[in-house]
Amino acid sequence: MIKGKEFQSLSEVTVRFAGDSGDGMQLTGSQFSDTTAVWGNDLSTLPDYPAEIRAPSGTVYGVSGFQLHFGSMDVHTPGDRPDILVAMNPAAIKKNLPELKQGGMIIANTDAFDSKNLKLAKYETNPLEDNSLEGYEIYPVPITSLTFKALENSKLSQKDISRCKNFFALGLMYWLYNRPLDQTIEWIKNKFKNKPEYIEANKSALEAGYNFGENTELFTIRYQVEPAQLPKGTYRSISGNEATALGCLAASVKSGLPLFLGSYPITPATEILQYLSNYKNFGVKTFQAEDEIAGITSAIGASFAGNLALTTTSGPGLALKSEALGLALMTELPLVVINVQRGGPSTGLPTKTEQSDLLQAMYGRNGDSPLAVIAASTPSDCFYMAIEAFRLAIKYMCPVILLTDGYLANGSEPWKIPHANELADIPVKFWTDKETYQTYLRDEFLSRPWAKPGTPGLEHRIGGLEKANITGAVSYDHDNHDLMVKLREQKIQNMVCDIPDLEVTGEEQGELLLLGWGGTYGAITEAVLRCMKAGYKVSQAHLKYLNPMPGNTGEVLKKFKKVLIPEINLGQLAMLIKSKYLIPVEQFNLVRGLPFKSSDIEERIIDLIGGKI
Amino acid sequence: MADNIEVKQVKLTAKDFATDQDVRWCPGCGDYSILAQVQRSFPDLVDVKKEDIVWVSGIGCSSRFPYYMDTYGFHGIHGRAPAIATGVKIANPELSVWVATGDGDLLSIGGNHFIHACRKNIDLKVLLFNNRIYGLTKGQYSPTSEKGKKTKTSPYGSVDFPFNPVSLALGAEATFVARCTDRDSKHMQQMIKRAAEHKGIALIEIYQNCVIFNDGTFDAITDKAVKDDMLLYMEQGKPLLFGKNREKGIKIDGAVPSVINITEIGNSIDDVLVHDEFDLSPVRSTILAHLADSPDFPTPVGVFRQIFRPTVDGEIHRQIKEVKALKGEGDLEKMLFSGNTWVVN
Repeated sequence: MIKGKEFQSLSEVTVRFAGDSGDGMQLTGSQFSDTTAVWGNDLSTLPDYPAEIRAPSGTVYGVSGFQLHFGSMDVHTPGDRPDILVAMNPAAIKKNLPELKQGGMIIANTDAFDSKNLKLAKYETNPLEDNSLEGYEIYPVPITSLTFKALENSKLSQKDISRCKNFFALGLMYWLYNRPLDQTIEWIKNKFKNKPEYIEANKSALEAGYNFGENTELFTIRYQVEPAQLPKGTYRSISGNEATALGCLAASVKSGLPLFLGSYPITPATEILQYLSNYKNFGVKTFQAEDEIAGITSAIGASFAGNLALTTTSGPGLALKSEALGLALMTELPLVVINVQRGGPSTGLPTKTEQSDLLQAMYGRNGDSPLAVIAASTPSDCFYMAIEAFRLAIKYMCPVILLTDGYLANGSEPWKIPHANELADIPVKFWTDKETYQTYLRDEFLSRPWAKPGTPGLEHRIGGLEKANITGAVSYDHDNHDLMVKLREQKIQNMVCDIPDLEVTGEEQGELLLLGWGGTYGAITEAVLRCMKAGYKVSQAHLKYLNPMPGNTGEVLKKFKKVLIPEINLGQLAMLIKSKYLIPVEQFNLVRGLPFKSSDIEERIIDLIGGKI
Repeated sequence: MADNIEVKQVKLTAKDFATDQDVRWCPGCGDYSILAQVQRSFPDLVDVKKEDIVWVSGIGCSSRFPYYMDTYGFHGIHGRAPAIATGVKIANPELSVWVATGDGDLLSIGGNHFIHACRKNIDLKVLLFNNRIYGLTKGQYSPTSEKGKKTKTSPYGSVDFPFNPVSLALGAEATFVARCTDRDSKHMQQMIKRAAEHKGIALIEIYQNCVIFNDGTFDAITDKAVKDDMLLYMEQGKPLLFGKNREKGIKIDGAVPSVINITEIGNSIDDVLVHDEFDLSPVRSTILAHLADSPDFPTPVGVFRQIFRPTVDGEIHRQIKEVKALKGEGDLEKMLFSGNTWVVN
């Protein structure tokens, strides 16, 4: 080791990898995350990629990024601004520089800074050489040529060798942050099981990157981020979509019902269908439908037949499912709809995050059509909320919409894995007694009996036409319709007794309450914690149940002088709160297709409190 | 002694399939005939228990059908019956799943679900009540209405070209395709039983008269005076003959059909196409399907095609079985703790 390379201790770091869509930045980022998680840091990630699969190389709109924030303390967000940017080409700098912290580090692949790429990134002169990056620490590294040098004996094609350069960059980052290589080497071996020449090449590139850090004089300092103090247990790194899929699987096991998923591929929800397609040995039936409508209607058919029914989608798909959702709530069958929200309206921003489907989930149907709406707050929370969605759907015989979002879906965090026996069973009761059976008989929760085809003597007909309460015969009776409309609403409101109260972090009364819902939990939490630390009197509450809302919600809100609702939409929760509790609220709305920066929320808090400590 | 009592399976009758609901179709509607033929055929379906039968429908006059059958029933939303039925069948492959639908429901708003159910060969029996009109909305042209037809939404004549449902189903790779009319009850019962026995998707197009909005639309084919010349009853392994004295036949030269009179000199019964429902090639069944488009040809009824191909519902369950055999029954605890895990002490 060259002398003078010292370790500097840091409590947290935000790293961003950026390059062309084909540069393997998502892979590099997720490998760094996995190794960092196993190393013991708490972390949160933010993949940010274009909707195009391989956008033209070298362009700014083709830049794919992966940000992660890790630390030796609790980490709630993927970080507002990166401390260090790994830029594989000029476009990566162009796109990401505005986000980089002042004085931040840039590791740039100098080989990619040729006149063609500079022109594509719309640079007139090379930013690495024209002093335009003054104020940043620049580390020019010829990553491509060093990769070629390291692989000079490889039999791979020039193109394939070039594709190993992301492992060189990863190796260098492992050296810089003192992370072991073995996790990634294992991954490479597994991935290229039948291609030994690829194992050798990628491993060599990774090691060459690490050794470059060790031997070059470019870097004089390495960084040490000690493991976080996490609760005891076994952990894994989990993304929201993976957690959602596992939650659905757990609900199937815990209810004893085979899971049926009818779904049509749509970004960013597709992965749930992909994960669940793998779980065939759990009896999971995945039906890749011809369209969104067939996705939900096949699930309704499966529910009628007694399966645990699920459909997964994103905003535009939920719009297509609207009519069928009405059918599910009219026939009072259990159904879970998972909407991984993305930027809208219309096709909008398919790969970006947003919270703008709350009102669609609440009201986006014809007629008075209440159903349960719940939302997950972190990637790992998707697991528990998926189970909760099924519990409510079965108990109350109704559709439940679970809202997640692109940020939760693709972001990942360490998850303390629960044991299967710690998860509560979901009771299921199929009706079998033909003497007492009536299609719309009501139990104490107003739920009707679930009688599945194949049961002798319970032959019955249901459908979208209004039915007489109790008997289930088609009914055009005016008073019956009035009764049924109200019963359907009451059934949803009855869940209030069955869901947890809204909890307040911080003082239970005071100047300001931040009220959030869904995927903004991390950013709001970090902002509130920082403000509390600075002495501001601010509290936080986070809604995971949107319909119905927890029974104490009004009570909680009324104890604060001001309520601030940050949302990645134009104020959809704010509208619900105002109309339901008749209180004024402050709004904070940024609809940029990105998660909130906690600093933005922090500024808004200070703004509202008026600098008073 | 109790042990000696023989328990006889009581054979169900048509009445056992009737519900207490008043049937609310217009008097004289062809739907009554379809309901009657289904109720008469179902007691004869072997190996199908009443509680295992599910009727699924969409929206339209035809789609009220499930309410009149004392089986499990699901009255869905417009066009979606094949997709709902697909979910029922995949969820529980033991069920016998039937779809009652109309020309608007199946071929217009539900066209996508229909062609994909055919392609996937979902084990559904689809009864298409084709009356060439939108009845429940009181008389607008449908996707099977003939071009030029005057209706409330086409006062100057429809400018649409109609679908030939049999051809569409064949083109979408349906494995069983048949046609019958609401006037021939015996033949309809035969078709229903054939469909029930088929493993895979079965489409029966039923020419059904709408007495109110499209009365007599099939008279040119089914009327007593003309039916001998205008209806061609296809039978497996037999030459395609029709006419009062079965003197006319369908001949195919290359892919071009013609009507020949076998009593005329130069023609013989050997020139007439012998019907083969099981022909693996869809070419001849497609030619036969399109005979119905022209008034110069009789309209074939009977089974156009029956082939055998694995069903998607069957394949899903086969895969589950195979993966279970390979990996063992799923274990949630193991699944939760799979992947890269680490321990914090």
